[in-house]
Amino acid sequence: MRENSEILEEAVSIRAADKVFNPDSDNEVQALLGIDLDVKEGDFISLIGPSGCGKSTLLRLIADLLTPTEGEVKVFGKTANQARLDQDYGMVFQHSGLFDWRDISANIELPLELKGWSKADRQARSGEMLELVRLEEFKDHYPRQLSGGMQQRVSIARALSFEPRLLLMDEPFGALDEMTREHMQVELLRIWRETGTTVVFVTHSIPEAAFLSSKVVVLSPRPGRIHSEITVDLGDRTDETREDPEFFKATTEVREALRAVEAG
Amino acid sequence: MTKRKALRTAFTLLVTLVLFVLLWEGYKWVGQQTDDHWPGTQFGLPVSTDDLTMPHAGDIFNELTDEIRAGRETLPMAVYLAKKAAFTFLEAAIGFSLGVIVGLMLAIFMLRWRFAERGFLPWINVSQTVPLIALAPIVVTWARLQGYPDMVGISLIATYLTFFPVAVSGLRGLQSPDSSDVELMRSYAASWSSTLIKLRLPAARPFLFPAFKLAATLSVVGAIVGEISIGTKTGLGRAILDFAQRYSVWPERLYASVIAASLLGLFVFGLVNAAEWLVIKKGREVLK
Amino acid sequence: MKNLRLASVLPPVLVGITGLAMWEGAVTVFKIKEFLLPKPSSIWSQLIDEWGVLRHATWETGKIAVSGLLIGILLGVLLALITNRFKVLNDGLTPFAIAINATPIVALAPIFNVWFGLTGTFSNQAVVIAVVFFPVFINTAKGLNEVHPNEIELMHSYASGDWTILREVRIPNALPFFANSLRLAAPLSVIAAIVAEYFGGPQDRIGNVITSSAGFAKYDVAWAAIAMASGLGLLLFGSALVTERLSMPWRISGDIKDN
Repeated sequence: MRENSEILEEAVSIRAADKVFNPDSDNEVQALLGIDLDVKEGDFISLIGPSGCGKSTLLRLIADLLTPTEGEVKVFGKTANQARLDQDYGMVFQHSGLFDWRDISANIELPLELKGWSKADRQARSGEMLELVRLEEFKDHYPRQLSGGMQQRVSIARALSFEPRLLLMDEPFGALDEMTREHMQVELLRIWRETGTTVVFVTHSIPEAAFLSSKVVVLSPRPGRIHSEITVDLGDRTDETREDPEFFKATTEVREALRAVEAG
Repeated sequence: MTKRKALRTAFTLLVTLVLFVLLWEGYKWVGQQTDDHWPGTQFGLPVSTDDLTMPHAGDIFNELTDEIRAGRETLPMAVYLAKKAAFTFLEAAIGFSLGVIVGLMLAIFMLRWRFAERGFLPWINVSQTVPLIALAPIVVTWARLQGYPDMVGISLIATYLTFFPVAVSGLRGLQSPDSSDVELMRSYAASWSSTLIKLRLPAARPFLFPAFKLAATLSVVGAIVGEISIGTKTGLGRAILDFAQRYSVWPERLYASVIAASLLGLFVFGLVNAAEWLVIKKGREVLK
Repeated sequence: MKNLRLASVLPPVLVGITGLAMWEGAVTVFKIKEFLLPKPSSIWSQLIDEWGVLRHATWETGKIAVSGLLIGILLGVLLALITNRFKVLNDGLTPFAIAINATPIVALAPIFNVWFGLTGTFSNQAVVIAVVFFPVFINTAKGLNEVHPNEIELMHSYASGDWTILREVRIPNALPFFANSLRLAAPLSVIAAIVAEYFGGPQDRIGNVITSSAGFAKYDVAWAAIAMASGLGLLLFGSALVTERLSMPWRISGDIKDN
């Protein structure tokens, strides 16, 4: 856990949120039901659950990419919509979603460009960001010339470029191989420590959730509900932590919660 | 890599061209030996092989350097055809540019309003079943009455053929970004127009260039056919029509003018390919 | 499901009716001269009055367009199958076909007239065949060639021969490409038939009705003839779509978008 976790402002606060897709039609789907969730500033929260449990939908409610059918979603005390308009969060998707036609710097500068930053400011910032994700020498490359892990680091740099206080990640390492994935997890924790950003992280990997999070939120499917919240405290994590009995205990706890979900 | 591929394509084209000439001359030679019958049979060949119907390939080539009287001056045939082609090229280029503008505007319009897409897309498809070519005389009468030169009418005909592939492929291209790319722009609270400019239009380029290639060819077809159907005074279409009428005197000239039309088509096609390379592929070769 | 049908039929119908009404209204209100743009209603009445002539002319043009279209498709598909069998042929012919396809093929019309004579309609059919042949050949050859290597490997693992691979993998893969070229070629065949007409051949066809009526200032008749030609093009385009649906039942939901 980080030192500044005593700041008690809620980064995200969700009350009694429901989400229904295609209401009043043959293919109506109740995606989320009665969600209550609080994310403290500086927290690293993982959302985990079997496919169809609505974890990505929940993330999109926070991002105001979807609107809840019922209930309310607040981000830093504002409506999710206002938070999006104020650019309070950055988002990272499973597929890096870098634009093929922009080189790496230009991709990182995209949100800054949209905010109307000057060229000099943009270049200065993208330089810092490339340093943060350790890709300085690739700034003139195009996304297709990079490996999947490097692309995902660029995507994180892009999301953090305008210094949002909240980072929303939708299975960001889902398409990476296991070795790259573990490396990226350590990198992400380093960035998290350096920037002090709050993270909400969607994953379907048990060890990933246990390794990264201060709190793992387990969801059950059809309709998506919060089954349980598991607090994890592994201290400063390195690759050695993966062989730590504490880590094993945390994964077991998450796994058992998921089994309970499967059993209904 | 691409350079080698281009060389290879050029080489195969050359070989095919040589083979084609050999086939042409070979067919002609066989026909001359057998009095236009399949060897050893009584069945006639589909195309007779006399010098009027099938001039020697060499004669057609030589025709390019022959002098032709055009008005008061005499010019080598090649220069004469190049001048006509330049005129047709200008008509096609105007038609192409207008067609691209109209096509893109339609695509953006249909992207913006779903009702417009549902309502207009079928009619855009239907529009291509209207043989506007047949409308050419009316289009040109209209242009003449407005006091415009014939070039305007002909360019409009080229526009009509051009806008269609651009509108249809443009719409597909604008709709091509992944939903997560669109969500990303939404997460930046980006406006509809900046999503269009920063995401959708660049993403549409790989869809647009094949459409531009088709449109380029069609603009030349439109220009030539327009010239033929309304009887302009100049242009390649006019030259083809003139030489077709005087075929019995100079068969080689008709062939030369048709070859010039093909070269113009290839030239325009090549231009679009070059533009594509400049805009999309340059410096983007994957290093692996 | 029923709603879906309605949602896809209603907008074009509305746009069509509004368009016709605006056309009629604009011509009346702005007093647009008949030779520029006759009213839809006067075109309609000419369509009825001159039905005999128009029907005959459309029929004659239709025969050339349809026969040329069918022969062109047949030749295009046959050559694509042959070149697919022999790699050398494929490498040599495809760039050549793409080059020819980039040229104004209709310009060949006067040469075909010399080759095949003007007594029958074959010269005109040959233009249609040439115009149809190239897009069909290029697209079908592409579809036969660009199959996923995994699918070929799968078939090899079943110890299948070339013939089975052609039937089970290559032809199904080529169908969408072929269907696309059909959509392109069907309306093109009508245009080619009319253009060929300008260079000669029997003069009782639709292109001639258009030019001669325009020449005698009977613009509403010319437009009625254009409507007939469009109807012909639309009929062929529609047949291409129906063929596509029938040959690829697994693609029925083709127009449902993912966003």
